Amino acid sequence: MARTFVGMPPFPVAARSALSDTRLRRNLAHATGTIREKRARVVAEVEDWEDLRRQAAAVKDATLARLDEHLLTLEAALTARGATVHWARDAADACAVVADVARAHGVDEVVKVKSMATQEIGLNEALAAQGIAAWETDLAELIVQLGDDLPSHILVPAIHRGRAEVREIFRTRMAAAGRPAPDDLTDDPAALAGAARLHLREKFLRARMAVSGANFAVAETGTLVVVESEGNGRMCLTLPEVLVSVVGIEKVVPTFGDLDLFLRLLPRSSTGERMNPYTSTWTGVTPGDGPQEVHVVLLDNGRTRALADEVARPVLRCIRCSACLNVCPVYERVGGHAYGSVYPGPIGAILNPMLTGVGSDPATDALPYASTLCGACGDVCPVAIDIPGLLVHERVRVVDAHRADPRPKPEALAMRAAAWVLGDSRRMALGERASGLAGRLRTRRAAPGGRGVLGWLPFPGSRWTGARDLPTPPVESFRAWWRRTGRDEGQGRR
Amino acid sequence: MRVAVMATCLGDAMFPEAPRATVRLLRRLGVEVDVPDAQTCCGQPMVNTGYLDEAVPLVRTTVSAFAGYDAVVVPSGSCAGSVRHQHRMVADRADDAALRRGVADLVPRTHELSEFLVDVLGVTDVGASFPHRVTYHPTCHSLRMLRVGDRPLRLLRAVHGIDLVELPRADECCGFGGTFAVKNADTSVAMGSDKARHVRETGAEVLVAGDASCLMHVGGLLSRQRAGVRTMHLAEVLAATADDPAGVG
Ligand code: SF4
Repeated sequence: MARTFVGMPPFPVAARSALSDTRLRRNLAHATGTIREKRARVVAEVEDWEDLRRQAAAVKDATLARLDEHLLTLEAALTARGATVHWARDAADACAVVADVARAHGVDEVVKVKSMATQEIGLNEALAAQGIAAWETDLAELIVQLGDDLPSHILVPAIHRGRAEVREIFRTRMAAAGRPAPDDLTDDPAALAGAARLHLREKFLRARMAVSGANFAVAETGTLVVVESEGNGRMCLTLPEVLVSVVGIEKVVPTFGDLDLFLRLLPRSSTGERMNPYTSTWTGVTPGDGPQEVHVVLLDNGRTRALADEVARPVLRCIRCSACLNVCPVYERVGGHAYGSVYPGPIGAILNPMLTGVGSDPATDALPYASTLCGACGDVCPVAIDIPGLLVHERVRVVDAHRADPRPKPEALAMRAAAWVLGDSRRMALGERASGLAGRLRTRRAAPGGRGVLGWLPFPGSRWTGARDLPTPPVESFRAWWRRTGRDEGQGRR
Repeated sequence: MRVAVMATCLGDAMFPEAPRATVRLLRRLGVEVDVPDAQTCCGQPMVNTGYLDEAVPLVRTTVSAFAGYDAVVVPSGSCAGSVRHQHRMVADRADDAALRRGVADLVPRTHELSEFLVDVLGVTDVGASFPHRVTYHPTCHSLRMLRVGDRPLRLLRAVHGIDLVELPRADECCGFGGTFAVKNADTSVAMGSDKARHVRETGAEVLVAGDASCLMHVGGLLSRQRAGVRTMHLAEVLAATADDPAGVG
């Protein structure tokens, strides 16, 4: 039933169709614009914001440098507090652990706290294949699930939907999944939230097992932390008897005190709030209170690959706040689906290739190029990841992975040719003389300023001239002008 | 002080107005200017597309062409950014200690035009005259890679007769992005259309920026739309005087 990102076209193609989706463009421009403003306002309130970012980056880097030790400390602390720790090398491992726990308890449904890690491993689909229903309980996640849709944002997976669409999804799809939406449902946000509340309440009270992720895992105490806005996560974390948390290994922070820093950075960066409404922490099993069986699945799934690359490693600082998505001018126009992954936007453009490796899948290889390198993402990232720098790093890895191809891409040949011409000023001058001749061509139209206008070029120039004019080349290059006049003014070198 | 102008490949081959105006402007300010013959391209198009090996000869050429000058003035935020923030990576790739030293030597001498005027020469009023309605787009690499801040605006505000109007959502990318403009042409154009719309909303006659590349993109859209807005490099406006309105000599 559920759709997946598998087999989606590469970014440039997917983006093209997204760009003509008028409703998506409108919804996204509105939503990202609002959240951008909110974030800017609350970040401006914090005087030492830049210091906090630097500190957070330093804590994360120090932790990642000794991740193996911290993970063992975490495992020991969790075990001591009655939790069972599982190590999962990849998605299949992790899904198998969750399914095994479900089967051991004979449950055919689980409630889920919104979690990127379980999205990443395709847990819902894996459970469904075993006859186990996984119910998303985050409002936006519920909208995506009921609509048989795909998430398009890290924090607000249904950001591409407007409220009229949400009403329609609730009206037509809720009944098949449980308690139906009321007949007189309007598209008023409070009414929509009310319908979701009633629908979900039934599931919270019935479910015997929950699955979550975690925003942070404290090594010294074995405490897991979930940060959320709705309280639905807390329902999942407290009501069922069994709780399984799938946690990426990069989520570790060494001490409880480290949370202070991140809990200040995260809500302001993600929802533009000073503080998030619900921060739930739990440490193994608390007898007589909450889930009495607690499992923690520590997930690798490519993270050690990123860890091994010293330049790429800072990507593992990411706390999934989504500020980089909200500020990204590319994301704002094409939305999340075009990235073909649960991690869209600037972070997705580096994280996906880093987790899976480059050189074999054209869609993955296209991701680092889905950016103008404008740098807006790097400026807002609360853990100061140099996203534009890492985009370039991944591009280099993509190009290098294809250097041995028997038939080089036209782009590679063009780059080699350009490097040859530009590698020497005499060759470049020769090229300029040739283009200067083209500059003498009479064009039908002149641009303001007097240069001729090229309105049409054959492929691949058509990629430019499809929507943009190009001036004709100047008759005289700067180099030629300087030779002709520049030096003679007596102020040059000689 | 021996000052060299880095024309940039795009400035040299496609938009000579910008480096010409830079030469003119610097001379007017009493700076002795040279243009080293050997210069070609800083290698940014290759680096930003991932072709590091291909950038090595270009970085070598750049480093040797500008050796020995006290300052290198670049009328482009992104090319200045490429020298200051990317050349080291290319030298590391070449694994060439001499090149690494050459880069380390070039980096502190490299200034984007507005930085050179404001920080090195210490001027904001360059004696320019440009009686037109102008709006300014602060290109991303000037803004977020070099952090030139409001230097270009301070220079523009001091221009005699200028009617400088604020560009809505000025700090948002125009969508050029180097090879992005053709690899992701549709998205690039979608972003550029919004930039062009904001430019038109200002009622400006001239769109000014410190990067010929971004101007080529937004200007190409404006020209296609017959918007009646022309694009000019910051250097051209600053070079313009009452006696020499074109500023290119
Ligand atoms: S990369 Fe930075 S800004 Fe983007 S989601 Fe991660 S932490 Fe947030």
